[in-house]
Amino acid sequence: MNLTLKIWRQNDSSTKGRMVDYKVSDISEHMSFLEMMDVLNEQLIGKGEEPVAFDHDCREGICGMCSMYINGEAHGPDRGITTCQLHMRTFKDGDTITIEPFRAAAFPVIKDLVVDRSAFDRIQQSGGYISVNTSGNTQDANTTPISKHAADTAMDAATCIGCGACVATCKNSSAMLFVGAKVSQYALLPQGQVEAADRVKNMVAQMDLEGFGNCTNTGACEVECPKGISLENIARMNRELMKANL
Amino acid sequence: MALDSKVPKGPIKDKWTNYINHIDLVNPANKRNIDIIVVGTGLAGGSASATLAELGYNVKAFAYQDSPRRAHSIAAQGGINAAKNYQGDGDSVYRLFYDTVKGGDYRSREANVYRLAEVSANIIDQCVAQGVPFARDYGGLLDNRSFGGVLVSRTFYAKGQTGQQLLLGAYSAMNRQIARGKIEMFNRHEMLDVVKVDGKARGIIARNLVTGEIERHSAHAVVIATGGYGNVFFLSTNAMGSNATAAWKIHKKGAYFANPCYTQIHPTCIPRSGDYQSKLTLMSESLRNDGRIWVPKNLEDVKAIREGRKKPTDLAPEERDYYLERRYPAFGNLVPRDVASRAAKERCDAGYGVNQTGEAVYLDFASAIDRYGKEQAKIQGIDKPSKAKIYELGQAIVEAKYGNLFQMYEKIVDENPYETPMMIYPAVHYTMGGIWVDYNLQTTVPGLYCIGEANFSDHGANRLGASALMQGLADGYFVLPYTIGDYLSNEIRTGKIATDTKEFDEAEKDVTDRIDFFINNKGTKSVDYFHKKLGNIMWNKAGMSRNEKDLKDAMAEIKALREEFWKEVSVPGSANEMNTELAKAGRVADFLELGELFAKDALERNESCGGHFREESVELDGEQKGEAKRNDKDYAYVSAWEYKGEPADAVLHKEALEFNDIELKQRSYK
Repeated sequence: MNLTLKIWRQNDSSTKGRMVDYKVSDISEHMSFLEMMDVLNEQLIGKGEEPVAFDHDCREGICGMCSMYINGEAHGPDRGITTCQLHMRTFKDGDTITIEPFRAAAFPVIKDLVVDRSAFDRIQQSGGYISVNTSGNTQDANTTPISKHAADTAMDAATCIGCGACVATCKNSSAMLFVGAKVSQYALLPQGQVEAADRVKNMVAQMDLEGFGNCTNTGACEVECPKGISLENIARMNRELMKANL
Repeated sequence: MALDSKVPKGPIKDKWTNYINHIDLVNPANKRNIDIIVVGTGLAGGSASATLAELGYNVKAFAYQDSPRRAHSIAAQGGINAAKNYQGDGDSVYRLFYDTVKGGDYRSREANVYRLAEVSANIIDQCVAQGVPFARDYGGLLDNRSFGGVLVSRTFYAKGQTGQQLLLGAYSAMNRQIARGKIEMFNRHEMLDVVKVDGKARGIIARNLVTGEIERHSAHAVVIATGGYGNVFFLSTNAMGSNATAAWKIHKKGAYFANPCYTQIHPTCIPRSGDYQSKLTLMSESLRNDGRIWVPKNLEDVKAIREGRKKPTDLAPEERDYYLERRYPAFGNLVPRDVASRAAKERCDAGYGVNQTGEAVYLDFASAIDRYGKEQAKIQGIDKPSKAKIYELGQAIVEAKYGNLFQMYEKIVDENPYETPMMIYPAVHYTMGGIWVDYNLQTTVPGLYCIGEANFSDHGANRLGASALMQGLADGYFVLPYTIGDYLSNEIRTGKIATDTKEFDEAEKDVTDRIDFFINNKGTKSVDYFHKKLGNIMWNKAGMSRNEKDLKDAMAEIKALREEFWKEVSVPGSANEMNTELAKAGRVADFLELGELFAKDALERNESCGGHFREESVELDGEQKGEAKRNDKDYAYVSAWEYKGEPADAVLHKEALEFNDIELKQRSYK
């Protein structure tokens, strides 16, 4: 198929960006979206132009590195996937596709489609862990039984890949789904109880400091989340925060 | 230089304990004055960084990704082994040790593997304490599954995302230390050389991938944890950025490279579809617990399927060849990876491949759905369930176990694997070879350590499933933190290492010269052009099956391609900005050297062992006819290569492998 691409080009964080049109032809429907981008870049390099910079790594939907805003949706039109899992069969011959970086005040653009998501790291550093040393001298793993339901729900929350689609999608650029997922994972497990109150307070404080907006219950984050992280996690975080502040 | 493995004396089960009891320690006040650089933040590097920082050392950690959490360990799906024997099915430290040595086709170092098995149980305890949500049964205890090449259930898992959960565990431990200021994290940084002072590793030259700035970092010891070199094949299940540059640079500075030809070609990957393909996707080996692998028995059916006249589901059981169950009745679909991969290649080479390219076999869940459905009907007290009911109940169980993998397959291939069998074909997945290290995980350069997939030590010629995660975390959490202390105990009086010395000047100059070359070369061909060509040579001539002629051709072709690369490579943009092509160019330049050494190593090893299959070395008769033939008399050694300029000139050093606790036998899974 032949496509027109409208892509955000920006040299670095301090220069102004703009949309640039490109044409690509002979795109197979079996290609992944990023393989289509590879074709474009090979074409640009052949012409001596600079290829489009974009983040990507595992190309199997788990590392959370890829981050494009395609036709107005984080990770593009399909559901439950990252950009690297989006396939060209989702598009039609002759389509025009708009490709932008994830946009949020807390995710400054580094170059073209690459953004800086280190705010997520700093939120995790503020409390997204259990304070246990890695000596190996902890108790036997089966000493504390954990109900299958709690373990499974914690796992569902823990599957977050930290891609930032929730933030890019949210009209308030809120990171509550991301933070809620991490708070929930630990709140649901007995190991996480000891530090639960401090954890949620510190993580929420850091989230606000980074410039993420608040949640107004639109739920777009849940729809666009490639891992199906549920809004329940935001509710649980709010409960945990209230408990912690009582 | 003679290789000294530094394996402690004494009975194998006491070696590690005695070693720990007698090493020199660094007192907490002195640890504060010692710096350690860790390159790579996957399971090995992440766990090492966290643990070393907890101990009190100052850690500088480097990752080319934008966050430590994105290291490719995250993509591991199936699980992690540990000799917990929670299932009471006869597992033990010895059995895990035995399985790993046997699975590795008796080409690993016994003492290292025993230590790995010994600390494996601690990993699970540690990860649970960190809040890793492993799968549990209804009683609230940890669940296990079984993996290829073993007869017990010892694999712990977190859905199909075990690597992700373990990495996030290590990442959380790192975060705690980053917050305390004990780890200084350098994201989007790539190590481009190691710096040696008076023969010891004292720092690295790194490039900031955002600004292009070249930086000097010094330390009392350097740890390389940068994973494997599977991307030398261009197409592999590795991440796009996975590279061998750090490993290759230290090789050029004196670290020996061991067994480069030992590559794991994983049997259950999604077949390739076209030339544009950028990577291959693995489907967890755990699928082989319940999936049955087959091709049609008759070539007419193969033809009919390729032409779309028949569907796989049209074939009756007696028209199918479940070739693993036929050839290996004892292990069936759960034979080790190398055996399963070669068997798939054998069928496809004979013309039985079931897709257009002729390189695909079926992985079928119909039997499992039926079996689970009947079991569930019984549990739920459903009398005489209908076929549809059995299917519905069975599908739900299969979905709970492998749902995310089935979804992943459907997204890529656009077929529903519940309704039609999956198609799979082997792909490059893991490299058992790597930097040679002694028992302390130290390379042949003092103060330079190598852990995780980047080193060679534990998996011999073939790695068993769910053992990579185990090794990465064992090295980082429980082994290196002890062994590196023994070395650093001699460094307490050294003081801060200066970076304004001639050694750093020279290393930085080499790095900037090379970058300038790439930017100014203005050739005619892209970096990927060369990478793809290299991948083709590797796959066709040094892939699943190797012979003398092909390997000699491969060496010559890679050398020629490398010469063309240095003339014709084109790198757009400048050095002082984010420049992904520039980063790729440096990595491919190193792959173009490593590939040749790989072929040289494969040529030198004229025996078949594990993932290394030499067509000249097969069993000629008897029950094992056609199977790989190992040659213990001539090849029971580790090949450690010393860099001498051109890869073809590398000098071979042999570390003899002695087996005192395991009898060398032919690996039989029949």
